Amino acid sequence: MSSSFTASPFVGKTFGVTVAHLTKTFGRTTVLKDVSLEVRPGEIFCIMGPSGSGKTVILKHMAGLETATSGEVKIGEFDAADPETRNKVHLALVFQAGALFNSLSVYDNLALYPREHRLCNEAGIRDRVMHALSILSLEKAAHKFPSDLSGGMKKRVAIARALVMEPQLLLYDEPTSELDPVMSATLTEIIATLREQTAVTSVVVTHDRDLAFAIADRIAFVMDGRIRGVGTPAEFKSPADPVIANFLNPVIDLKNPRFQQLENSHE
Amino acid sequence: MNFLTAIIGHIGGTLLLLVDTLKHLPTLPRQRARFIEQCYLIGYTSLPIVTILSFFIGSVLALQSGYSMENFGAKQFIGTLVGLTMARELGPVMVAILIAGRVGSAITAELASMKVYQEIDALTTMNIPPERMLVLPRLAAIIVMMPVLAIIANLCGWYGGALVSQYTATIAVDSEAYFSALKAYMKPKDIMDGLVKAEVFGFVIILVCCYIGLNTRGGPREIGASVTKAVVTSLILILVLDYFVTKALLFS
Ligand SMILES: Nc1ncnc2c1ncn2[C@@H]1O[C@H](COP(=O)(O)OP(=O)(O)O)[C@@H](O)[C@H]1O
Ligand SMILES: [Mg+2]
Repeated sequence: MSSSFTASPFVGKTFGVTVAHLTKTFGRTTVLKDVSLEVRPGEIFCIMGPSGSGKTVILKHMAGLETATSGEVKIGEFDAADPETRNKVHLALVFQAGALFNSLSVYDNLALYPREHRLCNEAGIRDRVMHALSILSLEKAAHKFPSDLSGGMKKRVAIARALVMEPQLLLYDEPTSELDPVMSATLTEIIATLREQTAVTSVVVTHDRDLAFAIADRIAFVMDGRIRGVGTPAEFKSPADPVIANFLNPVIDLKNPRFQQLENSHE
Repeated sequence: MNFLTAIIGHIGGTLLLLVDTLKHLPTLPRQRARFIEQCYLIGYTSLPIVTILSFFIGSVLALQSGYSMENFGAKQFIGTLVGLTMARELGPVMVAILIAGRVGSAITAELASMKVYQEIDALTTMNIPPERMLVLPRLAAIIVMMPVLAIIANLCGWYGGALVSQYTATIAVDSEAYFSALKAYMKPKDIMDGLVKAEVFGFVIILVCCYIGLNTRGGPREIGASVTKAVVTSLILILVLDYFVTKALLFS
Protein backbone atom coordinates (compact mmCIF):
# COMPACT_ATOMS: atom_id res chain seq x y z
CA MET A 1 0.00 0.00 0.00
CA SER A 2 1.65 3.20 -1.14
CA SER A 3 1.41 5.85 1.49
CA SER A 4 1.88 9.02 -0.52
CA PHE A 5 -1.01 11.09 -1.78
CA THR A 6 -0.52 14.13 -3.93
CA ALA A 7 -1.67 17.17 -2.11
CA SER A 8 -5.04 17.97 -3.59
CA PRO A 9 -5.56 21.58 -4.63
CA PHE A 10 -8.52 21.55 -2.29
CA VAL A 11 -6.59 20.75 0.84
CA GLY A 12 -7.55 23.19 3.52
CA LYS A 13 -10.84 23.98 1.81
CA THR A 14 -12.59 21.10 3.47
CA PHE A 15 -16.25 21.33 4.45
CA GLY A 16 -18.34 20.43 7.45
CA VAL A 17 -21.88 19.09 7.21
CA THR A 18 -24.87 20.32 9.17
CA VAL A 19 -28.01 18.23 9.36
CA ALA A 20 -30.82 20.18 10.99
CA HIS A 21 -34.16 18.63 11.99
CA LEU A 22 -34.11 16.31 8.99
CA THR A 23 -37.31 14.33 8.50
CA LYS A 24 -37.85 12.02 5.55
CA THR A 25 -41.01 10.20 4.60
CA PHE A 26 -41.32 7.59 1.85
CA GLY A 27 -44.99 7.12 1.07
CA ARG A 28 -46.50 6.51 4.48
CA THR A 29 -43.39 5.44 6.39
CA THR A 30 -41.29 8.02 8.12
CA VAL A 31 -37.72 6.83 7.84
CA LEU A 32 -35.92 9.77 9.46
CA LYS A 33 -37.44 11.62 12.38
CA ASP A 34 -35.98 15.00 13.28
CA VAL A 35 -32.33 14.07 12.80
CA SER A 36 -29.76 16.72 13.70
CA LEU A 37 -26.01 16.25 13.32
CA GLU A 38 -22.96 18.44 13.06
CA VAL A 39 -19.95 17.04 11.18
CA ARG A 40 -16.94 19.27 11.70
CA PRO A 41 -14.56 20.10 8.84
CA GLY A 42 -11.79 17.52 8.55
CA GLU A 43 -13.11 15.00 11.02
CA ILE A 44 -13.93 11.34 10.61
CA PHE A 45 -17.52 11.01 11.67
CA CYS A 46 -18.99 7.52 11.97
CA ILE A 47 -22.69 6.79 11.83
CA MET A 48 -23.59 3.47 13.42
CA GLY A 49 -26.89 1.74 13.97
CA PRO A 50 -28.95 -1.34 13.15
CA SER A 51 -29.85 -2.26 9.57
CA GLY A 52 -32.82 -0.32 8.29
CA SER A 53 -32.42 2.46 10.82
CA GLY A 54 -31.94 5.09 8.08
CA LYS A 55 -28.15 5.51 7.86
CA THR A 56 -27.96 5.25 4.08
CA VAL A 57 -30.85 7.68 3.73
CA ILE A 58 -28.95 10.24 5.85
CA LEU A 59 -25.89 9.79 3.63
CA LYS A 60 -27.97 10.21 0.47
CA HIS A 61 -29.31 13.49 1.80
CA MET A 62 -25.74 14.68 2.31
CA ALA A 63 -24.94 13.69 -1.28
CA GLY A 64 -28.01 15.51 -2.60
CA LEU A 65 -29.59 12.29 -3.86
CA GLU A 66 -32.68 12.66 -1.69
CA THR A 67 -34.63 15.77 -0.79
CA ALA A 68 -35.76 16.32 2.77
CA THR A 69 -39.44 16.12 3.64
CA SER A 70 -38.63 18.77 6.21
CA GLY A 71 -35.47 20.16 7.77
CA GLU A 72 -32.26 20.78 5.85
CA VAL A 73 -28.79 19.50 5.16
CA LYS A 74 -25.94 21.92 4.53
CA ILE A 75 -22.42 21.35 3.29
CA GLY A 76 -20.48 24.32 4.59
CA GLU A 77 -22.87 27.13 3.80
CA PHE A 78 -24.38 25.36 0.75
CA ASP A 79 -27.67 23.51 0.60
CA ALA A 80 -26.94 19.84 -0.12
CA ALA A 81 -30.19 19.40 -2.07
CA ASP A 82 -29.31 22.17 -4.55
CA PRO A 83 -27.67 20.71 -7.70
CA GLU A 84 -25.52 23.86 -7.90
CA THR A 85 -23.74 22.75 -4.71
CA ARG A 86 -21.95 20.06 -6.69
CA ASN A 87 -20.20 22.80 -8.67
CA LYS A 88 -18.94 24.36 -5.45
CA VAL A 89 -18.00 21.35 -3.33
CA HIS A 90 -16.15 18.26 -4.50
CA LEU A 91 -18.23 15.57 -2.92
CA ALA A 92 -17.82 11.85 -3.41
CA LEU A 93 -20.01 9.02 -2.22
CA VAL A 94 -18.62 5.50 -1.98
CA PHE A 95 -21.70 3.34 -2.42
CA GLN A 96 -22.14 0.21 -0.39
CA ALA A 97 -22.23 -2.01 -3.48
CA GLY A 98 -19.66 0.14 -5.29
CA ALA A 99 -22.04 1.35 -8.03
CA LEU A 100 -19.23 0.92 -10.56
CA PHE A 101 -20.13 1.47 -14.19
CA ASN A 102 -20.49 -2.09 -15.41
CA SER A 103 -19.95 -1.25 -19.04
CA LEU A 104 -16.60 0.42 -18.35
CA SER A 105 -13.26 -1.04 -17.34
CA VAL A 106 -11.80 -0.11 -13.98
CA TYR A 107 -9.53 2.39 -15.70
CA ASP A 108 -12.43 4.02 -17.54
CA ASN A 109 -14.52 4.06 -14.37
CA LEU A 110 -11.85 6.25 -12.82
CA ALA A 111 -11.16 8.25 -15.96
CA LEU A 112 -14.81 9.16 -16.49
CA TYR A 113 -14.84 12.03 -14.03
CA PRO A 114 -11.77 13.93 -15.31
CA ARG A 115 -12.78 13.21 -18.92
CA GLU A 116 -16.35 14.43 -18.57
CA HIS A 117 -15.23 17.53 -16.73
CA ARG A 118 -12.29 17.99 -19.12
CA LEU A 119 -9.87 18.50 -16.26
CA CYS A 120 -6.73 17.55 -18.21
CA ASN A 121 -5.51 15.76 -21.33
CA GLU A 122 -5.33 11.98 -21.63
CA ALA A 123 -1.76 11.87 -20.30
CA GLY A 124 -2.78 13.88 -17.25
CA ILE A 125 -5.82 11.68 -16.77
CA ARG A 126 -3.61 8.61 -16.96
CA ASP A 127 -1.36 9.95 -14.21
CA ARG A 128 -4.31 10.79 -12.04
CA VAL A 129 -6.03 7.45 -12.53
CA MET A 130 -2.90 5.37 -12.06
CA HIS A 131 -2.03 7.32 -8.94
CA ALA A 132 -5.44 6.65 -7.41
CA LEU A 133 -5.20 2.99 -8.40
CA SER A 134 -1.73 2.69 -6.87
CA ILE A 135 -2.96 4.08 -3.55
CA LEU A 136 -5.35 1.14 -3.35
CA SER A 137 -2.92 -1.39 -4.91
CA LEU A 138 -5.18 -1.84 -7.88
CA GLU A 139 -2.75 -1.26 -10.76
CA LYS A 140 -3.14 -4.82 -11.99
CA ALA A 141 -6.93 -4.51 -12.11
CA ALA A 142 -6.92 -1.44 -14.36
CA HIS A 143 -8.13 -3.26 -17.43
CA LYS A 144 -10.54 -5.61 -15.75
CA PHE A 145 -14.28 -5.08 -15.80
CA PRO A 146 -16.35 -4.70 -12.62
CA SER A 147 -18.04 -8.07 -13.19
CA ASP A 148 -14.63 -9.77 -12.89
CA LEU A 149 -13.82 -8.26 -9.50
CA SER A 150 -14.33 -9.64 -6.01
CA GLY A 151 -16.44 -7.72 -3.51
CA GLY A 152 -13.39 -6.30 -1.76
CA MET A 153 -11.85 -5.15 -5.00
CA LYS A 154 -15.07 -3.45 -6.05
CA LYS A 155 -15.04 -1.48 -2.81
CA ARG A 156 -11.44 -0.46 -3.35
CA VAL A 157 -12.18 0.58 -6.95
CA ALA A 158 -15.13 2.60 -5.66
CA ILE A 159 -12.82 4.40 -3.23
CA ALA A 160 -10.22 4.95 -5.95
CA ARG A 161 -12.92 6.41 -8.18
CA ALA A 162 -13.86 8.78 -5.36
CA LEU A 163 -10.20 9.80 -4.91
CA VAL A 164 -9.88 10.80 -8.56
CA MET A 165 -12.45 13.48 -7.80
CA GLU A 166 -10.11 15.01 -5.18
CA PRO A 167 -13.01 15.20 -2.76
CA GLN A 168 -13.45 17.76 -0.03
CA LEU A 169 -16.19 15.67 1.52
CA LEU A 170 -16.02 11.91 1.33
CA LEU A 171 -19.04 9.81 2.24
CA TYR A 172 -18.60 6.05 2.75
CA ASP A 173 -21.55 3.66 2.97
CA GLU A 174 -20.45 0.56 4.90
CA PRO A 175 -16.96 0.43 3.39
CA THR A 176 -15.98 -2.72 5.26
CA SER A 177 -19.17 -4.76 5.05
CA GLU A 178 -18.74 -8.15 3.37
CA LEU A 179 -14.95 -7.95 3.64
CA ASP A 180 -12.60 -10.29 5.45
CA PRO A 181 -11.00 -8.93 8.63
CA VAL A 182 -7.65 -8.16 6.99
CA MET A 183 -9.24 -6.26 4.13
CA SER A 184 -11.48 -4.43 6.63
CA ALA A 185 -8.42 -3.37 8.57
CA THR A 186 -6.73 -2.26 5.35
CA LEU A 187 -9.69 -0.14 4.32
CA THR A 188 -9.85 1.34 7.80
CA GLU A 189 -6.22 2.38 7.45
CA ILE A 190 -6.90 3.82 4.01
CA ILE A 191 -9.78 5.95 5.29
CA ALA A 192 -7.65 7.25 8.15
CA THR A 193 -4.61 7.90 5.93
CA LEU A 194 -6.66 9.75 3.35
CA ARG A 195 -8.03 12.05 5.98
CA GLU A 196 -4.53 12.46 7.44
CA GLN A 197 -3.02 13.53 4.15
CA THR A 198 -5.80 15.50 2.44
CA ALA A 199 -7.77 16.66 5.50
CA VAL A 200 -10.93 15.49 3.75
CA THR A 201 -14.04 15.46 5.90
CA SER A 202 -15.11 11.82 6.07
CA VAL A 203 -18.53 10.52 7.02
CA VAL A 204 -18.50 6.75 7.45
CA VAL A 205 -21.68 4.73 7.82
CA THR A 206 -20.64 1.42 9.32
CA HIS A 207 -21.49 -1.57 11.48
CA ASP A 208 -17.80 -2.17 12.05
CA ARG A 209 -17.00 -1.44 15.70
CA ASP A 210 -13.29 -1.93 15.13
CA LEU A 211 -13.27 0.69 12.38
CA ALA A 212 -15.31 3.20 14.33
CA PHE A 213 -13.32 2.87 17.54
CA ALA A 214 -9.98 2.92 15.75
CA ILE A 215 -10.39 5.99 13.56
CA ALA A 216 -13.55 7.94 14.34
CA ASP A 217 -13.27 11.37 15.90
CA ARG A 218 -16.91 11.09 16.83
CA ILE A 219 -19.63 8.48 16.49
CA ALA A 220 -23.38 8.97 16.13
CA PHE A 221 -25.84 6.17 16.85
CA VAL A 222 -29.00 6.06 14.78
CA MET A 223 -31.86 3.91 15.99
CA ASP A 224 -35.16 3.70 14.17
CA GLY A 225 -34.67 7.00 12.34
CA ARG A 226 -33.60 8.99 15.38
CA ILE A 227 -30.23 10.00 16.77
CA ARG A 228 -29.74 7.98 19.92
CA GLY A 229 -26.42 9.49 20.94
CA VAL A 230 -23.32 11.28 19.66
CA GLY A 231 -19.90 11.20 21.24
CA THR A 232 -16.24 10.29 20.99
CA PRO A 233 -15.15 6.65 20.87
CA ALA A 234 -13.84 7.02 24.42
CA GLU A 235 -17.29 8.04 25.58
CA PHE A 236 -18.79 4.93 24.04
CA LYS A 237 -16.21 2.50 25.49
CA SER A 238 -18.72 1.70 28.19
CA PRO A 239 -21.94 3.44 27.13
CA ALA A 240 -24.46 4.48 29.73
CA ASP A 241 -27.34 3.98 27.29
CA PRO A 242 -28.34 0.28 27.54
CA VAL A 243 -29.64 0.25 23.94
CA ILE A 244 -26.29 1.44 22.56
CA ALA A 245 -24.44 -0.90 24.91
CA ASN A 246 -26.49 -3.81 23.66
CA PHE A 247 -25.91 -2.78 20.03
CA LEU A 248 -22.15 -2.55 20.52
CA ASN A 249 -21.77 -5.69 22.62
CA PRO A 250 -24.67 -8.03 22.02
CA VAL A 251 -24.50 -11.01 24.33
CA ILE A 252 -25.26 -14.30 22.69
CA ASP A 253 -27.66 -16.02 25.04
CA LEU A 254 -28.76 -19.45 23.84
CA LYS A 255 -30.96 -20.03 26.87
CA ASN A 256 -33.08 -17.03 26.10
CA PRO A 257 -32.68 -16.45 22.34
CA ARG A 258 -33.52 -12.96 21.20
CA PHE A 259 -35.11 -13.98 17.88
CA GLN A 260 -38.06 -15.15 19.91
CA GLN A 261 -38.48 -11.65 21.24
CA LEU A 262 -38.36 -10.02 17.82
CA GLU A 263 -41.86 -10.87 16.67
CA ASN A 264 -43.47 -7.56 17.46
CA SER A 265 -40.60 -5.28 16.58
CA HIS A 266 -40.02 -3.77 13.11
CA GLU A 267 -36.70 -5.34 12.34
CA MET B 1 -58.61 9.48 -12.07
CA ASN B 2 -55.37 8.34 -10.49
CA PHE B 3 -54.53 6.66 -13.77
CA LEU B 4 -55.11 9.89 -15.65
CA THR B 5 -52.93 11.98 -13.35
CA ALA B 6 -50.24 9.30 -13.61
CA ILE B 7 -50.29 9.51 -17.41
CA ILE B 8 -50.16 13.29 -17.38
CA GLY B 9 -47.28 13.07 -14.92
CA HIS B 10 -45.39 10.73 -17.25
CA ILE B 11 -45.97 12.94 -20.27
CA GLY B 12 -44.68 15.89 -18.28
CA GLY B 13 -41.70 13.87 -17.09
CA THR B 14 -40.86 12.79 -20.64
CA LEU B 15 -41.01 16.36 -21.92
CA LEU B 16 -38.84 17.49 -19.02
CA LEU B 17 -36.31 14.82 -19.92
CA LEU B 18 -36.32 16.14 -23.49
CA VAL B 19 -35.72 19.71 -22.31
CA ASP B 20 -32.95 18.60 -19.94
CA THR B 21 -31.34 16.65 -22.77
CA LEU B 22 -31.53 19.44 -25.34
CA LYS B 23 -29.79 21.76 -22.86
CA HIS B 24 -26.68 19.66 -23.41
CA LEU B 25 -26.84 19.81 -27.21
CA PRO B 26 -23.60 21.85 -27.47
CA THR B 27 -21.69 18.92 -25.93
CA LEU B 28 -22.59 16.62 -28.82
CA PRO B 29 -19.43 17.28 -30.89
CA ARG B 30 -17.20 16.11 -28.08
CA GLN B 31 -19.40 13.07 -27.48
CA ARG B 32 -18.65 11.92 -31.03
CA ALA B 33 -17.47 8.49 -29.92
CA ARG B 34 -20.67 7.76 -28.01
CA PHE B 35 -22.78 9.06 -30.89
CA ILE B 36 -21.02 6.79 -33.37
CA GLU B 37 -21.34 3.82 -31.02
CA GLN B 38 -25.07 4.43 -30.76
CA CYS B 39 -25.42 4.80 -34.54
CA TYR B 40 -23.75 1.44 -34.84
CA LEU B 41 -25.99 -0.17 -32.20
CA ILE B 42 -29.21 1.39 -33.42
CA GLY B 43 -28.62 1.40 -37.14
CA TYR B 44 -26.04 -1.10 -38.26
CA THR B 45 -27.07 -3.99 -36.04
CA SER B 46 -30.71 -3.53 -37.08
CA LEU B 47 -29.91 -3.82 -40.78
CA PRO B 48 -30.24 -7.59 -41.27
CA ILE B 49 -33.67 -7.86 -39.69
CA VAL B 50 -34.94 -4.68 -41.39
CA THR B 51 -33.80 -6.02 -44.75
CA ILE B 52 -35.37 -9.44 -44.33
CA LEU B 53 -38.67 -8.28 -42.88
CA SER B 54 -39.27 -5.49 -45.35
CA PHE B 55 -38.42 -7.79 -48.24
CA PHE B 56 -41.09 -10.22 -47.11
CA ILE B 57 -43.62 -7.52 -46.34
CA GLY B 58 -43.21 -6.19 -49.87
CA SER B 59 -43.59 -9.72 -51.21
CA VAL B 60 -46.76 -10.43 -49.28
CA LEU B 61 -48.16 -7.07 -50.28
CA ALA B 62 -47.63 -7.98 -53.93
CA LEU B 63 -49.24 -11.39 -53.45
CA GLN B 64 -52.29 -9.99 -51.69
CA SER B 65 -52.81 -7.10 -54.07
CA GLY B 66 -52.24 -9.38 -57.06
CA TYR B 67 -55.06 -11.55 -55.75
CA SER B 68 -57.49 -8.74 -55.07
CA MET B 69 -56.70 -6.64 -58.15
CA GLU B 70 -57.17 -9.63 -60.44
CA ASN B 71 -60.92 -9.18 -59.96
CA PHE B 72 -61.08 -5.78 -61.60
CA GLY B 73 -58.16 -6.14 -63.95
CA ALA B 74 -55.87 -3.61 -62.32
CA LYS B 75 -52.84 -5.87 -62.03
CA GLN B 76 -50.64 -3.36 -63.84
CA PHE B 77 -50.96 -1.05 -60.82
CA ILE B 78 -49.39 -3.51 -58.37
CA GLY B 79 -46.16 -1.51 -58.46
CA THR B 80 -48.02 1.64 -57.50
CA LEU B 81 -49.77 -0.04 -54.62
CA VAL B 82 -46.73 -1.76 -53.20
CA GLY B 83 -44.57 1.30 -53.71
CA LEU B 84 -46.91 3.76 -52.01
CA THR B 85 -47.87 1.42 -49.19
CA MET B 86 -44.27 0.67 -48.35
CA ALA B 87 -43.12 4.28 -48.58
CA ARG B 88 -46.04 5.94 -46.83
CA GLU B 89 -47.03 3.33 -44.27
CA LEU B 90 -45.48 -0.08 -43.85
CA GLY B 91 -41.83 0.92 -44.21
CA PRO B 92 -41.80 3.50 -41.41
CA VAL B 93 -44.18 1.59 -39.14
CA MET B 94 -42.33 -1.68 -39.52
CA VAL B 95 -38.94 -0.09 -38.88
CA ALA B 96 -40.41 1.67 -35.83
CA ILE B 97 -41.78 -1.59 -34.44
CA LEU B 98 -38.44 -3.29 -34.94
CA ILE B 99 -36.61 -0.41 -33.26
CA ALA B 100 -39.01 -0.55 -30.32
CA GLY B 101 -38.49 -4.29 -29.97
CA ARG B 102 -34.76 -4.57 -30.34
CA VAL B 103 -33.30 -1.14 -29.60
CA GLY B 104 -35.85 0.48 -27.28
CA SER B 105 -36.02 -2.59 -25.07
CA ALA B 106 -32.22 -2.79 -24.87
CA ILE B 107 -31.95 0.89 -23.96
CA THR B 108 -34.56 0.58 -21.22
CA ALA B 109 -32.88 -2.54 -19.85
CA GLU B 110 -29.49 -0.85 -19.79
CA LEU B 111 -30.67 2.39 -18.17
CA ALA B 112 -32.96 0.57 -15.73
CA SER B 113 -30.12 -1.64 -14.59
CA MET B 114 -27.88 1.42 -14.21
CA LYS B 115 -30.60 2.99 -12.11
CA VAL B 116 -31.24 -0.07 -9.95
CA TYR B 117 -27.53 -0.66 -9.33
CA GLN B 118 -27.07 3.03 -8.43
CA GLU B 119 -24.84 3.85 -11.40
CA ILE B 120 -27.17 6.76 -12.18
CA ASP B 121 -26.83 8.01 -8.59
CA ALA B 122 -23.06 7.69 -8.94
CA LEU B 123 -23.16 9.83 -12.10
CA THR B 124 -25.24 12.42 -10.29
CA THR B 125 -22.82 12.67 -7.37
CA MET B 126 -19.99 12.95 -9.90
CA ASN B 127 -21.83 15.94 -11.36
CA ILE B 128 -22.21 14.23 -14.74
CA PRO B 129 -25.81 14.70 -15.92
CA PRO B 130 -27.20 11.33 -17.09
CA GLU B 131 -29.19 13.16 -19.77
CA ARG B 132 -26.00 14.43 -21.33
CA MET B 133 -24.07 11.19 -21.30
CA LEU B 134 -26.84 8.63 -21.78
CA VAL B 135 -29.82 10.24 -23.51
CA LEU B 136 -28.34 12.81 -25.90
CA PRO B 137 -26.12 10.45 -27.96
CA ARG B 138 -29.00 8.01 -28.36
CA LEU B 139 -31.47 10.66 -29.50
CA ALA B 140 -28.94 12.09 -31.94
CA ALA B 141 -28.20 8.62 -33.31
CA ILE B 142 -31.85 7.74 -33.89
CA ILE B 143 -32.41 10.99 -35.79
CA VAL B 144 -29.62 10.08 -38.16
CA MET B 145 -30.35 6.37 -38.47
CA MET B 146 -34.15 6.30 -38.74
CA PRO B 147 -34.40 7.76 -42.29
CA VAL B 148 -31.57 5.50 -43.44
CA LEU B 149 -33.36 2.41 -42.13
CA ALA B 150 -36.67 3.56 -43.60
CA ILE B 151 -35.12 4.07 -47.05
CA ILE B 152 -33.54 0.63 -46.91
CA ALA B 153 -36.87 -0.86 -45.84
CA ASN B 154 -38.59 0.84 -48.78
CA LEU B 155 -36.07 -0.44 -51.31
CA CYS B 156 -36.20 -4.00 -49.98
CA GLY B 157 -39.99 -3.97 -49.92
CA TRP B 158 -40.18 -2.66 -53.48
CA TYR B 159 -37.79 -5.31 -54.79
CA GLY B 160 -39.57 -8.05 -52.85
CA GLY B 161 -42.81 -6.97 -54.48
CA ALA B 162 -41.17 -6.84 -57.91
CA LEU B 163 -39.78 -10.37 -57.61
CA VAL B 164 -43.09 -11.81 -56.49
CA SER B 165 -45.03 -9.97 -59.20
CA GLN B 166 -42.75 -11.26 -61.90
CA TYR B 167 -42.42 -14.90 -60.80
CA THR B 168 -45.90 -15.64 -59.48
CA ALA B 169 -47.77 -17.30 -62.34
CA THR B 170 -51.14 -15.78 -61.44
CA ILE B 171 -49.73 -12.25 -61.34
CA ALA B 172 -46.97 -12.24 -63.96
CA VAL B 173 -46.26 -8.51 -64.06
CA ASP B 174 -42.66 -8.11 -65.16
CA SER B 175 -40.42 -5.85 -63.15
CA GLU B 176 -40.18 -3.23 -65.87
CA ALA B 177 -43.95 -2.71 -65.82
CA TYR B 178 -43.92 -2.94 -62.03
CA PHE B 179 -41.34 -0.21 -61.58
CA SER B 180 -42.81 2.09 -64.19
CA ALA B 181 -46.17 1.84 -62.39
CA LEU B 182 -44.35 2.47 -59.13
CA LYS B 183 -42.65 5.58 -60.50
CA ALA B 184 -45.65 6.93 -62.37
CA TYR B 185 -47.72 7.69 -59.29
CA MET B 186 -45.03 8.21 -56.67
CA LYS B 187 -44.24 11.80 -55.74
CA PRO B 188 -41.16 12.82 -53.76
CA LYS B 189 -43.56 13.97 -51.07
CA ASP B 190 -44.79 10.39 -50.57
CA ILE B 191 -41.30 9.29 -49.69
CA MET B 192 -40.65 12.38 -47.59
CA ASP B 193 -43.87 11.84 -45.63
CA GLY B 194 -42.76 8.31 -44.83
CA LEU B 195 -39.37 9.54 -43.64
CA VAL B 196 -40.98 12.19 -41.45
CA LYS B 197 -43.13 9.50 -39.88
CA ALA B 198 -40.14 7.25 -39.30
CA GLU B 199 -38.29 10.15 -37.73
CA VAL B 200 -41.17 10.99 -35.37
CA PHE B 201 -41.63 7.34 -34.33
CA GLY B 202 -37.95 6.73 -33.74
CA PHE B 203 -37.48 9.89 -31.71
CA VAL B 204 -40.53 9.23 -29.52
CA ILE B 205 -39.57 5.58 -28.96
CA ILE B 206 -36.04 6.37 -27.81
CA LEU B 207 -37.16 9.26 -25.62
CA VAL B 208 -39.87 7.19 -23.94
CA CYS B 209 -37.60 4.18 -23.50
CA CYS B 210 -34.93 6.38 -21.90
CA TYR B 211 -37.53 7.96 -19.62
CA ILE B 212 -38.93 4.63 -18.47
CA GLY B 213 -35.44 3.20 -17.92
CA LEU B 214 -34.23 6.19 -15.91
CA ASN B 215 -37.37 6.20 -13.78
CA THR B 216 -37.15 2.57 -12.74
CA ARG B 217 -37.53 2.17 -8.99
CA GLY B 218 -36.93 -0.78 -6.76
CA GLY B 219 -34.90 -3.93 -7.28
CA PRO B 220 -33.69 -6.03 -10.23
CA ARG B 221 -37.19 -7.38 -10.83
CA GLU B 222 -38.27 -3.93 -11.90
CA ILE B 223 -35.80 -3.98 -14.80
CA GLY B 224 -37.91 -6.59 -16.56
CA ALA B 225 -41.10 -4.74 -15.71
CA SER B 226 -39.65 -1.53 -17.16
CA VAL B 227 -38.64 -3.23 -20.40
CA THR B 228 -42.15 -4.63 -20.86
CA LYS B 229 -43.64 -1.24 -20.11
CA ALA B 230 -41.28 0.47 -22.55
CA VAL B 231 -42.06 -1.88 -25.44
CA VAL B 232 -45.82 -1.82 -24.87
CA THR B 233 -45.86 1.98 -24.55
CA SER B 234 -43.75 2.33 -27.69
CA LEU B 235 -46.04 0.08 -29.73
CA ILE B 236 -49.14 1.97 -28.60
CA LEU B 237 -47.50 5.30 -29.32
CA ILE B 238 -46.38 4.19 -32.79
CA LEU B 239 -49.89 3.26 -33.85
CA VAL B 240 -51.63 6.22 -32.24
CA LEU B 241 -49.08 8.71 -33.56
CA ASP B 242 -49.27 7.01 -36.95
CA TYR B 243 -52.87 8.08 -37.32
CA PHE B 244 -52.32 11.67 -36.30
CA VAL B 245 -49.06 12.22 -38.15
CA THR B 246 -50.52 10.66 -41.30
CA LYS B 247 -53.54 12.88 -41.07
CA ALA B 248 -51.42 15.96 -40.55
CA LEU B 249 -49.17 15.08 -43.47
CA LEU B 250 -52.00 14.22 -45.86
CA PHE B 251 -53.72 17.53 -45.32
CA SER B 252 -50.66 19.73 -45.19
N1 LIG C 1 -36.26 4.98 -1.84
C1 LIG C 1 -36.89 4.42 -0.79
N2 LIG C 1 -38.22 4.21 -0.83
C2 LIG C 1 -38.87 3.65 0.21
N3 LIG C 1 -38.29 3.28 1.35
C3 LIG C 1 -36.97 3.44 1.47
C4 LIG C 1 -36.19 4.03 0.41
N4 LIG C 1 -34.90 4.10 0.80
C5 LIG C 1 -34.87 3.57 2.05
N5 LIG C 1 -36.11 3.19 2.45
C6 LIG C 1 -36.44 2.60 3.76
O1 LIG C 1 -35.84 3.38 4.75
C7 LIG C 1 -35.39 2.59 5.82
C8 LIG C 1 -33.94 2.91 6.12
O2 LIG C 1 -33.16 2.50 5.03
P1 LIG C 1 -31.58 2.63 5.01
O3 LIG C 1 -31.20 4.05 5.25
O4 LIG C 1 -31.12 2.03 3.73
O5 LIG C 1 -31.13 1.73 6.21
P2 LIG C 1 -29.64 1.45 6.72
O6 LIG C 1 -29.57 2.10 8.04
O7 LIG C 1 -29.53 -0.03 6.81
O8 LIG C 1 -28.70 2.04 5.71
C9 LIG C 1 -35.61 1.15 5.41
O9 LIG C 1 -36.74 0.68 6.09
C10 LIG C 1 -35.87 1.22 3.94
O10 LIG C 1 -36.79 0.24 3.57
MG1 LIG D 1 -27.45 1.10 4.38
